[in-house]
Amino acid sequence: MAATAAPAITTTRLRSRYRPNRTLLAGLCVLAILLVLAFFPSVIAPYSPTDFDYKAILQPPSWQHFFGTDNFGRDVFSRVIWATRIDMQIALFTTLFPFFFGSIVGAAAGFYGKWLDSLLNIISNIVVVFPFLVLVIAIVAFLGPGLTNMYIAVSVVGWVAYARLVRGEMLVQKQAEYALAARVMGFAPARIIGRHLLPNVIAPSIVYWMTAMSLGILLGASLGYLGLGAQPPTAEWGLMVADGKNFMVTAPWIATFPALALTIAGITFSLIGDGLADLLRPRR
Amino acid sequence: MNRWNYILMRLLQAFFTFFIIMFLVFMLIRLLPGDPASAILGDRATEADVARINAKLGLDKPLPEQFAIFVGNFFHGELGDSISFKIPVMRLIWQRVPVTIFLATYAAVLAVLIAVPLAFVAALRRGSAVDNAIRAVFQVGLSLPTFFVGLVLLTVLGAQLGLFPIGGYGTTFGQHLYYLFLPALTLGFNLAAVLMRNLRAAIIEVLTAEYVDFARAKGLRNRVVLSKHVLRNALISTVTLLGLNVGALLGGAVITETVFAIPGVGRLMVEAIYGRDYAVIQALTLTFAIMVFAAFLITDLVYAQLDPRVEMA
Repeated sequence: MAATAAPAITTTRLRSRYRPNRTLLAGLCVLAILLVLAFFPSVIAPYSPTDFDYKAILQPPSWQHFFGTDNFGRDVFSRVIWATRIDMQIALFTTLFPFFFGSIVGAAAGFYGKWLDSLLNIISNIVVVFPFLVLVIAIVAFLGPGLTNMYIAVSVVGWVAYARLVRGEMLVQKQAEYALAARVMGFAPARIIGRHLLPNVIAPSIVYWMTAMSLGILLGASLGYLGLGAQPPTAEWGLMVADGKNFMVTAPWIATFPALALTIAGITFSLIGDGLADLLRPRR
Repeated sequence: MNRWNYILMRLLQAFFTFFIIMFLVFMLIRLLPGDPASAILGDRATEADVARINAKLGLDKPLPEQFAIFVGNFFHGELGDSISFKIPVMRLIWQRVPVTIFLATYAAVLAVLIAVPLAFVAALRRGSAVDNAIRAVFQVGLSLPTFFVGLVLLTVLGAQLGLFPIGGYGTTFGQHLYYLFLPALTLGFNLAAVLMRNLRAAIIEVLTAEYVDFARAKGLRNRVVLSKHVLRNALISTVTLLGLNVGALLGGAVITETVFAIPGVGRLMVEAIYGRDYAVIQALTLTFAIMVFAAFLITDLVYAQLDPRVEMA
């Protein structure tokens, strides 16, 4: 086979070429812990997230309550654990549709060009001119507060970034020799895109997906803080920080521990994203 | 193509994009259940009010005509009245936009002042403990939620130590700088993290470039080499990044203004949503778009000034 400039790989050979690096492993380890907490909160959390206990209001961290209690006597540690599920869901549902829809549209726009590419360009110009948060809360303002509407708002706007990334990669890869060879062999365009081009153009999109999960959690938490995301009495980290904001002097643990959880989750996805970026970077 | 032609072309592009944006915002209010008139007027609307709004916005006319009226009103500065504040929306926004612009600019300046020196230190001592420490701090900073950073600064430096006021805007320029220091620091911290990371990489790349070796070979002192060549090129990427992050900066302003109770358009947006003040929300969405676009244009012009290789094409 003639040597090609770009790595021509099909899906089956992907796994044998790449070994995970330390950043990625660290991120995946913490993610595993977070997922365990998300799937089995009742195993770790000693209390229910919604149980009031008026005899134990605003208590500092102790052996009975690792992270203290809030102004309703709810155990902050248990609420932080239970909120892991909600925030992991937020990370997933704010990025799942944008990733798939955006990548497909971007691949098609890059491959076929013409009106699809122009349309993507116009939509892209519109979306980029708004601050993301402003656009999301504007849509939520009209749809109503709550997690489902937040997912809708983010999905409507968020797919554009992936589309642009994949389109850019596609423009480069479709000129590569393996792609031209596939076309000469007469394969259907869908097959060329799906089997040959997609594994090679998807890498930046996947890396961005991880960063987006980190941003998604922060966005969900910000909306929760503003009262536009998860609604009480749901335990969500951003909402918990909002609950704790009036007690920052008297009971700082109420807001601090959820904020730490947010930071850890954010760093985890950042590490995974950075690790994947190193991993998937083409070898020279 | 000279500078004015370029600006004109960008404005034309913007006009077209803006037209579509206006249409989308126009349609946004129709997402609500019920009719737009009651939505805009709120719960305490009387029959007479509804009739008046229907006439002014032409809500009984076909959709294309409604949109034409909407656009016409917009260019006359007629954006409706705020039901919470009982004053024209235009005046409300006009009062508050300068505050947000001040905050965002202040935050950007602080971010650059923090990020640039630290990026130099990190790049020049690449791989050392100092470098790793700086990078770790900023990595955490990137993942810390803005509202929490604001709360902590507010509580510790504002409420407990009493070093800074805990809200408001002040009346003189000096007072603005004082009142907005903590909010700007909060807002700028995230931006500083992004800037530092990219700037460090850019400086490292520049330091290994051929013209730097040549400058050193010429016998120029390190300081001259750094300031003349490295700094200028590093500055270019900073400007680009600042431009790209204006959206994030303004979005962060929404949170920061809410935490610190600052009378800007960010907080106005949140208040409008709580108060179901849809006329204000519509107008603010457009306002933010205008602000971001203006920032893009300014960034492009500044970038063209800094980098002589760029042509206004």
